[in-house]
Amino acid sequence: MHEVSKTSIVSVCKLGSRTPRPSGLHTFEPPSHFWVDAVEIPAASASTPSDLSRLAPLVDQLRQRFPTDRLLTQPAQLAPYESDGLTAFRVHPGGVVLVQDASEVVTVVRLCHEHGVPFVARGSGTSLSGGSLPVAGGLVIALNRMNRVLDYQPRSQTIVVEPGVVNQQVSRHVAQDGLYYAPDPSSGPVCTIGGNVAFNSGGAHCLKYGMTANHVLGIKAVFPDGELVELGGRSHETAGADLAGMFVGSEGLFGIALEIVLRLLPLPERFHTVLAAYDSLEKAGDAVASVVASGLLPGAMEIMDKLAIEASEQAVHAGYPTGAAAALIVELEGPEEEVAAEIPRLDAIMQASGAYELRVAKSAADRMNIWKGRKGAFSAVGRLSPDYIVQDGVVPRSRLGEALAEVQRLSARYGLRVANVFHAGDGNLHPLILYDGRIEGQLHQAELLAGEILRMCIRLGGSITGEHGVGVEKLEFLPEMYGEAEMELMNRVRQTIDPQELANRGKLLLSASDVGKQSHAPHPLESAGVISRA
Amino acid sequence: MQHSIPSAELGPRGQAMADAVSSCVHCGFCLPACPTYQVLGEEMDSPRGRIFLMKDVLEDRLPLEQALPYVDRCLGCLGCEPACPSGVQYGDLITSFRAHSERKRSRTFFDRLMRQVVLQTLPYTARFRWAARLGKLASFTSPLLPHRLSNMLAMLPAQLPPSEQLPEVTPAIGPRRARVALLAGCAQQVLAPQINRAAIELLSRNGVEVVVPQAQGCCGALAAHTGADRLAMEAARKNLRAFPGDINAVVTTAAGCGSGMHEYPLWLKGTQEEAQAHALASMTKDVCVFLAELGPVGFAPLADPLRVAYHDACHLAHGQGVREQPRQLLQMIGNLELVEVPDREFCCGSAGTYNLEQPEVATELGERKAAAIVSTEAQAVATGNIGCMVQIENHLADAGRCLPVKHTIEWLADSCLDGHGSE
Repeated sequence: MHEVSKTSIVSVCKLGSRTPRPSGLHTFEPPSHFWVDAVEIPAASASTPSDLSRLAPLVDQLRQRFPTDRLLTQPAQLAPYESDGLTAFRVHPGGVVLVQDASEVVTVVRLCHEHGVPFVARGSGTSLSGGSLPVAGGLVIALNRMNRVLDYQPRSQTIVVEPGVVNQQVSRHVAQDGLYYAPDPSSGPVCTIGGNVAFNSGGAHCLKYGMTANHVLGIKAVFPDGELVELGGRSHETAGADLAGMFVGSEGLFGIALEIVLRLLPLPERFHTVLAAYDSLEKAGDAVASVVASGLLPGAMEIMDKLAIEASEQAVHAGYPTGAAAALIVELEGPEEEVAAEIPRLDAIMQASGAYELRVAKSAADRMNIWKGRKGAFSAVGRLSPDYIVQDGVVPRSRLGEALAEVQRLSARYGLRVANVFHAGDGNLHPLILYDGRIEGQLHQAELLAGEILRMCIRLGGSITGEHGVGVEKLEFLPEMYGEAEMELMNRVRQTIDPQELANRGKLLLSASDVGKQSHAPHPLESAGVISRA
Repeated sequence: MQHSIPSAELGPRGQAMADAVSSCVHCGFCLPACPTYQVLGEEMDSPRGRIFLMKDVLEDRLPLEQALPYVDRCLGCLGCEPACPSGVQYGDLITSFRAHSERKRSRTFFDRLMRQVVLQTLPYTARFRWAARLGKLASFTSPLLPHRLSNMLAMLPAQLPPSEQLPEVTPAIGPRRARVALLAGCAQQVLAPQINRAAIELLSRNGVEVVVPQAQGCCGALAAHTGADRLAMEAARKNLRAFPGDINAVVTTAAGCGSGMHEYPLWLKGTQEEAQAHALASMTKDVCVFLAELGPVGFAPLADPLRVAYHDACHLAHGQGVREQPRQLLQMIGNLELVEVPDREFCCGSAGTYNLEQPEVATELGERKAAAIVSTEAQAVATGNIGCMVQIENHLADAGRCLPVKHTIEWLADSCLDGHGSE
């Protein structure tokens, strides 16, 4: 994700019609005000009283355009929008607009721009990093009703969807033609394509097929000032800068996607899913390394540790090996002959890997069940603990064992249980830090532990997020991952596109006025009184 | 999720409500499983949205009256429970919350009247029969009546079947394999007495002695799910006294009643009957579950091939986890081709008195269900709940498809052989 952002950010200079842009930016070492001096940076960081006073006239304008059942302003209507999948934070929005088509989104965004009111786009509200957390006094633009398929071309294997289309609905829509949409986040039955685009979502099978960015061909979007842009297009190859690539993973900072062109793939002819049980996490990790070293490229390789197995088994009864220290799921998929040729090679590796139990899915239903257990694992951990923090760090595959041992050490040191569920194939860790928020200070301890895990990921040469995004949650860690120059660059791009910082303020990047005064605890937005703990 | 619900101050069910809120992680896996979210597309009308609202009310952060429109719109179909990886006992929360809020809310005169009419007639066989007859007589006044009342009249059948007294004991045909007590139910016995008749016949042909305890009453589900917890507790207590102990199972023929009886421990939580309620609930089984476990003697094939769509009643599938047994049994009938309905886990919109209280959503769900059934090209429908049967039949008729809609047990009884291999 970050590579996409880093390379694409340079290309933004060729975009649009704002301030004059220098050419040959790849060599840039400009003075710090080089690009933004023509732009007024508002003093407002996240939300200030002035925002609140701007809200009322905006709502008056919206009332003339939206019926009361689509413009929500009552406390009981707003409360359910206060959090997404990260309930550690709650923010009461100023209003929620339930939009039904692209023109309505454009109208609302233009009005927000005119009145200087920040807005947050929201699909199904499943972000685990607080990506759709509202801004106090700002507007939530709910896109879940924009769930139409606008165009579908089975022969060219593309589909154009609105942002509120649910991830798995895409595959369902095209299954009759033997096609599917590859990125498969665990929340696939719930999360929307708009959110997948904003956060460059991944999933278990991204090991073989890549993240959302690899499957988005084009985006029609409205920028935060109301300008309509078409990034990329329908063809599988484009000329010039990869502007669609820039938009994907920008966490809503560049506006709202209205139409998204997705690339579809032929459904694999055959799946071969193996569930292996190990008496140690290291053995499972070593098995992954052996598979990778053999040159096989499975569709997915997933590891769950003892706690995660326990939770998921309670929820799904998928027949996971309870009592095992680790379970590894390896799935081969592809054309019939290819998979048939790979099976004996995988079998040999798995036999030699020290697994004490090997189970091969016997039917499609069996396979679905194994995956259901894995994909429900995060939420299932809710059965073990009243509260938890899901982390999303990445380490180089070769250092997986080291990272897991360190997580175990940290868990022991903090005295907090950590369940591990991870995309082993691409080194994407998901430690779930279990805590009880009712115990004084435990949330803080859990956050400190989470922070140590993220710093470890950075130290080992990885990333603070694999797929959940930075959101609100990891805002303060991004500057630790990148150098000052890179952060500066990202901020400039943001300032160019959205000088008022109206779009998804408070996510991914600190506000211009907050840069340089980061602190680790409490959260910068919390200190500013913008967000509060639930 | 964190909360500060003062569970100890909320009575015996306070902890159940607090536990449900506490286990919710707000992940959103319930959204695609919730019929009202699918129809209305707003977070307040989703399970996790309602959990947020109920939490805020219980924490005294939000006035009850503001949350009620959204809590009231919940079907109570429990579709969210199997979809929830975190294991939130949503049913415990909504039922307890409705009881809790009923004491605090203010209702309009008309609202109170409607509620009393429903609660004082539907659960009583004789009263309901009279009310239904009166209702039919008065149906010419329908255009003058408020929408909800005319809607209620429209749901009554053109003619009520004659009243039937179920035999107190029906002996097993052939060697006795088991002895069960049947919950006769209330509205079902007035609207479709053939269902219990079929169940008794089927069980007896399978070597089961069937007792119908005469002292039994309505299961209480209707009252419980509309917040009338005292009525529900009374109903539960009555049945605790009425059902004998020397039986292999209490058998139910309506999904809603079976699910209701499984909730007795919740309704009677903290009372001296709680243990007894657990015992009765653990003995209660849907007729299909009981028959599948017993092993039916056999079925004769249908004369001609027939495509039959099976509709999952929510309070069977979600409420009791019964999905496979009715299908297994139906598939034992030769020439009966069982077809699956797309989005089979969705409620048909009947949901107890829901189509009286929330006619718009109920109608939308009924239409969607009818369209889904029509898409299977089924020639008939099987399901395990009287409410679903009425709703589906009406909406299929509105869609111009007058298919026979029968209870699973009717299909089975029609084809049943007895222990001697004869029909």
